[in-house]
Amino acid sequence: MSDKKLKVGWFSFTCCEDSTILFTELLNDHFFEWKKVVEFRHFKVLKTDNKMDDLDIAFVEGAISSESQAEELKKIRENCIKLVAIGSCAVTGRPSGNRNDFSKDVLDKYKDVFEKFKYSEKVMKLDELVHVDDKLPGCPMNGQMFITKLNEYLKEFGII
Amino acid sequence: MHTVEDITIETITKIEGNAKLNVKVSNGIVEDLEFIIADYRRFYTEAVRGKPYMTVPTLLSRICGTCSMAHLMASIKAIERALGIHEQLSEQTNILRKLSINGMIIRDHALHLYIFSLPDVLGIDSVLDISEDNAEQHQLLHDAFDLKAVGNKLSTVFAGAAIHSPFPTVGGFLKLPSGQDFSSLVDELEQSRVKILRGIKVFYEWNEKLVRNTDFIALINDDYNFTEGIVKVSDREESYTPDDFLTLLDEIIIPYSQSKGYKLKSKHDDFMVGSLARVNMNLNRMHPRTLESAKRFLDVFPSFNVYHNCLAQALEVLHCIDQSIDMLKGLRIEAEPIIKASPKSGVGVGVIEAPRGTLYHKVETDEKGIVIFSDVIVPTSQNQINIENDLKQMFQENLNLMSREDIKWKAEEIIRAYDPCMSCSTNFLDINWQE
Repeated sequence: MSDKKLKVGWFSFTCCEDSTILFTELLNDHFFEWKKVVEFRHFKVLKTDNKMDDLDIAFVEGAISSESQAEELKKIRENCIKLVAIGSCAVTGRPSGNRNDFSKDVLDKYKDVFEKFKYSEKVMKLDELVHVDDKLPGCPMNGQMFITKLNEYLKEFGII
Repeated sequence: MHTVEDITIETITKIEGNAKLNVKVSNGIVEDLEFIIADYRRFYTEAVRGKPYMTVPTLLSRICGTCSMAHLMASIKAIERALGIHEQLSEQTNILRKLSINGMIIRDHALHLYIFSLPDVLGIDSVLDISEDNAEQHQLLHDAFDLKAVGNKLSTVFAGAAIHSPFPTVGGFLKLPSGQDFSSLVDELEQSRVKILRGIKVFYEWNEKLVRNTDFIALINDDYNFTEGIVKVSDREESYTPDDFLTLLDEIIIPYSQSKGYKLKSKHDDFMVGSLARVNMNLNRMHPRTLESAKRFLDVFPSFNVYHNCLAQALEVLHCIDQSIDMLKGLRIEAEPIIKASPKSGVGVGVIEAPRGTLYHKVETDEKGIVIFSDVIVPTSQNQINIENDLKQMFQENLNLMSREDIKWKAEEIIRAYDPCMSCSTNFLDINWQE
């Protein structure tokens, strides 16, 4: 095994962060194993000192609710080799995209909120905005699929 | 010379969801401080309108990834009250709900205590920085993962999964555990006691202090469970039913935050919910084994030090372990039907103690059982103004004593001690901007 580590970033947009929580549960069994082969370069729930640049893999959960989130997603895309959509909201836009189904009358009730915080007109799934290399669907993502995918990347990037 | 300075923390880390902090300092005085909950709203309470009641709890549980069980159970309780079946539930259903929730409390508190706040105690950025050469710290890390795992398992055995549990439903459980032998789970919980006692000691000895507010709200009952009881405010004798919960609160619009805030109506002032509130108001009702094993760490309570919220959480982990062991030892699962509810128009409130504090769900159904109104008030929204006022005090006291780097670290540390959840706090119903 080389000293090289897989450089991973983890990002959350509009969602309940259940895939992040599921990941912290996978750490119960895999923390010491993954620490040897993965550099967690950007991981907001694990650390304060985060770097977005030079990522091998970006795991992204959540749907996109605003122009500023869309810009950040594009920035993540520019800084990673593979971008993986994790969880239902990132893959399908739902259920975070509830408001896409609302009638005009209902939307009008929240007009001030939308304007004040610059919500985009529709909630979008990731592949409506950027190229997505892989998808791990589920609410939350399926843990075994995540482990399998991570192992595939560890091999593909010559880490193990 | 007039000096104005802006101190900003763009992203507060090691919390659930997105928050930031803006502080404006003018001539050495904190002129303005904004604790901003920055998650975009997902409009769940609006989205469930028009849906059959049966489908609503699983959708509302998507408000939060880490305390989904709390939303699920509060929503189920609210619907059962609206349909008038809450007094028909079996004793077994109540026990299995308590066991599922205890599993959540153990797992969710352990996540916060060890993964989010322990680095603050150790003076490091992250659990990733814990060296294998430091035996004591390394032990705590193993304890963290073992405690989370046993909490996860407890919820999974009874609710089907720790995150977005499939089994709990209106009237009972869709599926019951197939086995009757819970002895290995009891053994695992027994082995967890020594681990959380190590954690209790760590958070007891954490020598940080911030004392300001002394008002707390919590659900109180005889055996310190998280699902039943009456609502109490710390400064008064009278109690309130869950239906009265709203009468206690003033809703406050915070123009820069995606979440509403709340004040105590009686005082027009802030208050705190969560583990510190519960332990302060209900410590003596914790499990006798917990009180015995942890007795040398209890002398600080009642405590108004917000850092002791972590100690209170650690005590609750031990209490949930001890209470669950008792419940599991006598448990015989009997096959039973789910209580059937006839659709009817009604209003129901479900209040439970979520990991972060008192959680309120209200639902209104029509005669066909369709949900026509839903509202949710979450703990972090209730704590929002309290957090902000604590931070104002801390900034004012330390502006001239600390470097900007240190004061920002301290601010994050205080916010983390509350264990706030931004995902939860952005799902309220109506809003009127008053500027």
